[in-house]
Amino acid sequence: MNDVDVRDAITRAHHEEWARVVASLTRRFGDLDIAEEAAAEAFATAVQRWPADGVPPNPGAWLTTTANRHAIDRIRRENKRDDKHRKAQMSYDDDPPEAVGAVDDDRLRLIFTCCHPALAMETRVALTLRMVAGLTMPEIARAFLVAESAMGQRITRAKAKIKAARIPYRVPSAEDLPARVSGVLAVLYLVFNEGYLATGPGTDPVRHELTAEAIRLTRLIRALLPQDGEVAGLLALMLLTEARRPARVSADGELVALDEQDRGAWDAALIAEGHRLVRERLAAAAAGAAPGRYQILAAINAVHTSARDMRDTDWSQVLALYDQLVRLDPSPITALNRAIAVAELDGPEVALAAVGRLEPRLAGYHAYHATRADLLRRLGRGRESRAAYDRAIELAGNTAETAYLTRRRDQLR
Amino acid sequence: MRYLVSVIDDKSNPGSTDRQPAISAFNERLIAEGYWVFAGGLADTDAATVIDNRGEEAVFSDGPFVESKEYLAGVWVWEAPDLDVALKLATEASKICDRKIEVRPFL
Repeated sequence: MNDVDVRDAITRAHHEEWARVVASLTRRFGDLDIAEEAAAEAFATAVQRWPADGVPPNPGAWLTTTANRHAIDRIRRENKRDDKHRKAQMSYDDDPPEAVGAVDDDRLRLIFTCCHPALAMETRVALTLRMVAGLTMPEIARAFLVAESAMGQRITRAKAKIKAARIPYRVPSAEDLPARVSGVLAVLYLVFNEGYLATGPGTDPVRHELTAEAIRLTRLIRALLPQDGEVAGLLALMLLTEARRPARVSADGELVALDEQDRGAWDAALIAEGHRLVRERLAAAAAGAAPGRYQILAAINAVHTSARDMRDTDWSQVLALYDQLVRLDPSPITALNRAIAVAELDGPEVALAAVGRLEPRLAGYHAYHATRADLLRRLGRGRESRAAYDRAIELAGNTAETAYLTRRRDQLR
Repeated sequence: MRYLVSVIDDKSNPGSTDRQPAISAFNERLIAEGYWVFAGGLADTDAATVIDNRGEEAVFSDGPFVESKEYLAGVWVWEAPDLDVALKLATEASKICDRKIEVRPFL
């Protein structure tokens, strides 16, 4: 086996085994800090040893055993604080969470602890990327454009709170599960969106490493909670969005709107997988399961990815789905997206009136001004359109989007 | 695990004043279920006195250590196996007291 093969084996093991190693150690030692450090040391040992000794037949078992040994060494080294440590152990239950059909409860426990509602949203994101996804501190810091030391402190504080406040290492009870799963999905969607529409003048417009990480984690949750409709919905939504990535930014770094995208460049395999998931949820909905927000968003994206072009799109279907979504999520952003479908069905004039009603709540949101600018352009109201583009450009944080809006504005006569 | 559970009121937007019967019933339940360690409502912050004896002589000052719109109106101490249990009880307590609740673990 050559060095490249060994490196690949280590990367693969890191992807497949990191969460499992951290999760099983957290359970055994009742301490996230020890589990994280020992897992990192086990992977460092693999990097040293595998090139000479060869990749072990069962890398996961090798890594868990090695990490366990590192953890025990550390605890022995610190045996003075042993009593204190035992007292500070996380509480956990031993019952496998059969009710939710979990195949691997330790990783689920880890995910629910990292996404606990008593932690701030940005802390949940950082902790999930570190503990479950296995990203390094510098990688996470770079992903969210904060200093490495600040990110390190955030994670250290989170681990300290988990210990001090006794946030349990447990899959929530059946009655709390839907709310807690939705908290986990919110974390994953945030990671995905930050990758898909990265903010900040210095960043790439699309951060593939973040969208890929979000999809990988959502696949993991899907494997752990196969019955959950919203998990399937979020995975489908991510896949159908990610499928359009190759066509979404032009060679010169400009955002390409849906109507101008080269649909031949979309990823057919991701679309097929996304459509399969949407069909699965449609069947469940037909059998009486009420679809949640992610499932409806996925269905909307399925309509778009089924169409040959803008005109071929089943806009009445899109609008019907938005009507359903507005009932679940009456946010002004949902109403704004609904208005875009209205423009295709009833024309820009009707849509503009609907958009105008959102002004008090969306005046600071770039997409509100970009949508207005486009509708005004289509109505031939050039001067007003230009002013709306100006405002949208001022507010947009994504470099590709700014480039796109600038071109559209400069094309106005 | 013990938690200090603080009931937080707001001077400009106080919670309703008819909560005592519901709070008493909730306390009975906390006792019956083994969570109750201690509970007490507090007099107005105007009744507080701060003592600072870190220097040459003790200095007494009238009023609370920090003047703020929000203030501590009462406390519980609960014994609960973990934060999930404490947060669940605190969620009920907030409704029952018609006030915000802070949950903070003892060391």
